Amino acid sequence: MSILAELAYWQQTSLRVAAGLVAVLLPAGTLVYLYLFKMMSFMQSRLGPMEAGPFGSLQLVAEVGKWLQKEDIIPTRADRLIFGLAPFIVLMSTFLLVVVIPFGPDAFFADLPTGIYFALAVGSISVIGILMAGWASANKYSLLGGLRAAGQLIAYELPMVLAVVGVVIQAGTLNMQGIVVAQADGEIFGWGGIGNPYILTQFVAFAIFLIAVQAELTQTPFDMPVAESELVSGYLTEYSGIRFLLFFISEYATAGAFSAIIAVLFLGGWYIPGIDIDDNVFNVIGPIVMMVKIVLVSFVIFWFRFTMPRFREDQLQRLAWKVLIPLALVNIAATAVLKVAF
Amino acid sequence: MSSWPWLQSGRIGDPQTPSLGSLAVSDFLRSYLTVAIFGAVALLLAGGILSLGRLIRPSHGNAEKLLTYESGVDPTGDMWSQSNIRYYVFALLFVMFDVEAVFLFPWATRLEAYGVFGLVEMGIFILILLLGLVYAWRKGMLRWV
Repeated sequence: MSILAELAYWQQTSLRVAAGLVAVLLPAGTLVYLYLFKMMSFMQSRLGPMEAGPFGSLQLVAEVGKWLQKEDIIPTRADRLIFGLAPFIVLMSTFLLVVVIPFGPDAFFADLPTGIYFALAVGSISVIGILMAGWASANKYSLLGGLRAAGQLIAYELPMVLAVVGVVIQAGTLNMQGIVVAQADGEIFGWGGIGNPYILTQFVAFAIFLIAVQAELTQTPFDMPVAESELVSGYLTEYSGIRFLLFFISEYATAGAFSAIIAVLFLGGWYIPGIDIDDNVFNVIGPIVMMVKIVLVSFVIFWFRFTMPRFREDQLQRLAWKVLIPLALVNIAATAVLKVAF
Repeated sequence: MSSWPWLQSGRIGDPQTPSLGSLAVSDFLRSYLTVAIFGAVALLLAGGILSLGRLIRPSHGNAEKLLTYESGVDPTGDMWSQSNIRYYVFALLFVMFDVEAVFLFPWATRLEAYGVFGLVEMGIFILILLLGLVYAWRKGMLRWV
């Protein structure tokens, strides 16, 4: 609180909003260029964009310029108001998700006492936006895609929430900073050399959360809502130009935000072992540490995306209800018993 | 950890202290004001990009272009067609388990304070809900056909 505490609330908030825009757009841009453009291309034995800038690094700028010039098409039969509102709601859900992510002891946007709980709550607002998009398009593909997305997102909401309970039991707090501190101060059976990053003691929860995030992002192998070969592009079929870009930004910004939440919950957040956690230097290196962890976690997410074939709808629901939810409940029970016993 | 007052006051094993502790209410409300500002910024950003595009994009709509897309042929029938009842059943199941999760979180934060008593109580609660899942499973509601 050293430097920021002396500023007035509006000054602090202006700084936070500016940083928040960076925290939403920078990971989104990084993920799109690094993974969607380059990694996918290399995995398919091609080069990807090479013309705009060195190694195609300015391709993103070109893409945004292209989307800006596209004609704004709203089908005559669509419900104009809801059609227009849907991308706004999806983007807002992403921004609210980023609010709770801490990037350092003082470098946070809003330090809510119920941090992770709030994140899980606002993360599911995007379902409403997607359902609105699918319904308002007045398109058969869009309606099917919207319903599939809603069914999938609520089914995988549960394993995700239940996986977090295991972490909360270990940390004893819902606050994101508190979870980082608990991991830094933690010990694994009496050995506290690297703290206790929960990926080691909550590995089951980590695996469940990662799978659930994959489904929440509607990425392959869970991309039935936007399956090109069956539904054109699902709830996005009627969206073009800027309105599509808003969905696109929000999808990749959400991928970055969920990677950041995984980094906080399971990889120790902005803390790295070897430096005292009260050291103010974490306000400077914290964001860098977080960015590295975000890129590492999202590498795994995109790796799955480019490697796996698509599930069937019944396999998707079976995995959620018959495997992940019981597994998450067992994980909670085991964690609780161990927590009380030791 | 002076930066996070509620972490100190809400120390585990001291069930009497409310978890917000000495944190001033205005700070608490202000952090939610920041949240609201972030939401507004998201809307402004989306609106800003949309109106920026309006300055440079063409607008030559005609009846064919604004037709609903249906793989290149003229769209037929009602666009809001009937859909599978399964989605409704899964939504009902979701509500049941989401309520369970709401009750799990406060218990999970203070587990050390509640000890064995809390463990047994919650074990019974989870068991009852698990019975609900097993019932739905046996009834074939989890089968997607």
